[in-house]
Amino acid sequence: MKFKHMLGLLSAAAMSLALTSGALAQQTVKIGAIFPFSGNAASAGNHAKAAIEVAMDIINNDHPELGDFPLAKGAGLPGLGGAKVEVVFADNQGSPATGQNQALRLITEEKVVALTGAYQSGVTLTVSQITEKYGIPLVNGESVAAGLTERGFKWFFRTTPVASDFARDYYDFLTDMKAAGAKVDSVALVHDNTEYGTSVANTITAAFKAKGMANIIDVAYPANATDIQSQVLQLKEKKPDVVIMITYTSDAILFAKTMQAQDYKPPMLLADDAGYSDPSFLKAAGNISVGAFNRSSWSVGKPGSPTAIIAKMYKDKSGDEMDDTAGRQMTGFLVLMEAINRAGSTDPAKIQAALKATDLKPDQLVLGYKGVKFDEKGQNILASGFIIQLQDGQNYVAVWPKATAEKPPVMPYKGW
Amino acid sequence: MSFVLVQVIVGGLLLGAVYALFSSGLTLVWGMMNVVNFAHGDFVMLGMYVAFVVYTVLGGGPLIGAPLAMLVLATLGVIVYFALIRDIMKGPMLAQILGTFGLALLLRYSVFWYFGSNFNTLPSNLVGGTIDLFGIRIEASRLLAGVVALVVTLALHLLLTRTALGSKMLAVSEDSTAAQLMGIRPDTMQAIAWAIAAGATGIAGALIATFYYIVPTVGETLGIVAFVTVSLGGFGSVPGALVAGLLIGVIESLSGYLISAVYKDVVVYAMFLGFLWFRPQGLMGKM
Repeated sequence: MKFKHMLGLLSAAAMSLALTSGALAQQTVKIGAIFPFSGNAASAGNHAKAAIEVAMDIINNDHPELGDFPLAKGAGLPGLGGAKVEVVFADNQGSPATGQNQALRLITEEKVVALTGAYQSGVTLTVSQITEKYGIPLVNGESVAAGLTERGFKWFFRTTPVASDFARDYYDFLTDMKAAGAKVDSVALVHDNTEYGTSVANTITAAFKAKGMANIIDVAYPANATDIQSQVLQLKEKKPDVVIMITYTSDAILFAKTMQAQDYKPPMLLADDAGYSDPSFLKAAGNISVGAFNRSSWSVGKPGSPTAIIAKMYKDKSGDEMDDTAGRQMTGFLVLMEAINRAGSTDPAKIQAALKATDLKPDQLVLGYKGVKFDEKGQNILASGFIIQLQDGQNYVAVWPKATAEKPPVMPYKGW
Repeated sequence: MSFVLVQVIVGGLLLGAVYALFSSGLTLVWGMMNVVNFAHGDFVMLGMYVAFVVYTVLGGGPLIGAPLAMLVLATLGVIVYFALIRDIMKGPMLAQILGTFGLALLLRYSVFWYFGSNFNTLPSNLVGGTIDLFGIRIEASRLLAGVVALVVTLALHLLLTRTALGSKMLAVSEDSTAAQLMGIRPDTMQAIAWAIAAGATGIAGALIATFYYIVPTVGETLGIVAFVTVSLGGFGSVPGALVAGLLIGVIESLSGYLISAVYKDVVVYAMFLGFLWFRPQGLMGKM
């Protein structure tokens, strides 16, 4: 009897030893990624997943063809002895409450050391409350609502340009277009009533009014609308020179279809990324949105350049062309991983310190930012963008500013 | 009356016809058989995907898509009845709600898994583009949906009030035991009702697909309107749902244009609740 007990204890000890040594040999860095994988923004969420998986491939496998691109050489994170990165994806269902619960689960149960996400500004808002409470770094690559970095949070970092940056870009772009002969006196802002739609519209309104552009028409609508005919008719009646579309994918498609049905073409249509950048928008409604301007920080670059190689990796993974949103998500994640590598530790406080010291140059990034460097609020001060145009109804080309333009802008908006 | 206002009302009527068409199947199962089918919106979604597959594989429009969607969905309706509804009808109301909600999620995520989360659309000229009538623009696809909504409503109404089959179905919904004593088989009648309801829903989906985006979650976006339409129209009244659909469409359009789109749901639902306060049985329902 006694011998049996001893044997049992011994084998248990042997097993636990085997388990711990196994865990040590395959040390991984666990990151949580919260995106909308269901609900109306699921398309955007699944593209985000592909973007992050490409970034994981770059980090976890040897990619000499990417040259000096951060973390590409060698397998794993060199700062942590070649540790591999593992990402736990969680679905926020497009709901702030679900996002918050998922953040809690990832931190307390999955024990992730840092988080990225969560696409919709409204969801990022609630997720960041949890990461702040638990002292876990959250690096966001794509949510643009201004307020996110205005809360004095210590664990929230954002790499994307924000609404005030775009507002300045849009103003400069419209001023240049005016100099080229376009009429840009009245501007309509079409936006949904989510955190993203309202905050971006408010920021643009404030920025334009400060520069003396007073004729601004506000056209708000409820997100995931069943019908937006009355908004299109409002636009048709008020005849603004420029229509700025601040919409997610489903509503963007509905607007494009309704504009065609009502035979309404604004002289200039300028989209604020989001829906108009979604590859599934381009497939579903690109051919009836010819001539739409959009903002982007993504440009594929010369053949053989790191960005061109990454674009191909992304296309192989997702089946769609790389776009600005995917690029921004990838950037957010890569910036986080670069900081963890530099910290040489998975201790959240050390990652936070490394993030604060981040100083990346343009050639170390997927996107056309001037770099990545965070201010005391956690906002990247070197984020910037350019204007692209859907000239053939299928792919965007860079048209502004002149220095990086592939083609000159074409006016007016053609539609279908 | 200003010119734009006419366009708004015409648009509202067309939207309302879509709501009515969308709700037609629900009127039958919820209004008459007292089963709350939370999967209704996802039945419509399946109808949309049938039309989408018909277009991508055969290049066909709703002329092939709608009948095919009707057949596919009617079959599904019968399967769902025997596999799920027959048993949960015996349980409490909560079992119906959870059972059909589970079915909704099963359908939605099966489509997600197979078709992915991308948005799809059918070309806008599939049903003859847009008609310009003295400056009032009417999409042919919506007009077709409106006409079909009228036809489907009329057909369902005649079926229920003028045929022996309809009388049997009503008898089962009134008192299943008494109907059984009269030699009517409740199971068969209920299964037929589900086939008809799901078939009508399939037609609705195939037609809505011609002017709306197609995505696995679309049932969620449109679903709630269907429930409001049926309860406003009055339980058990097929023509009531048509009138209610048109009414909601016009009120939504007008309030969206005159007040603000953000508040149009407030207007619609406030009027809906206020109306039910005075007339809880709905527009054409019986107490």
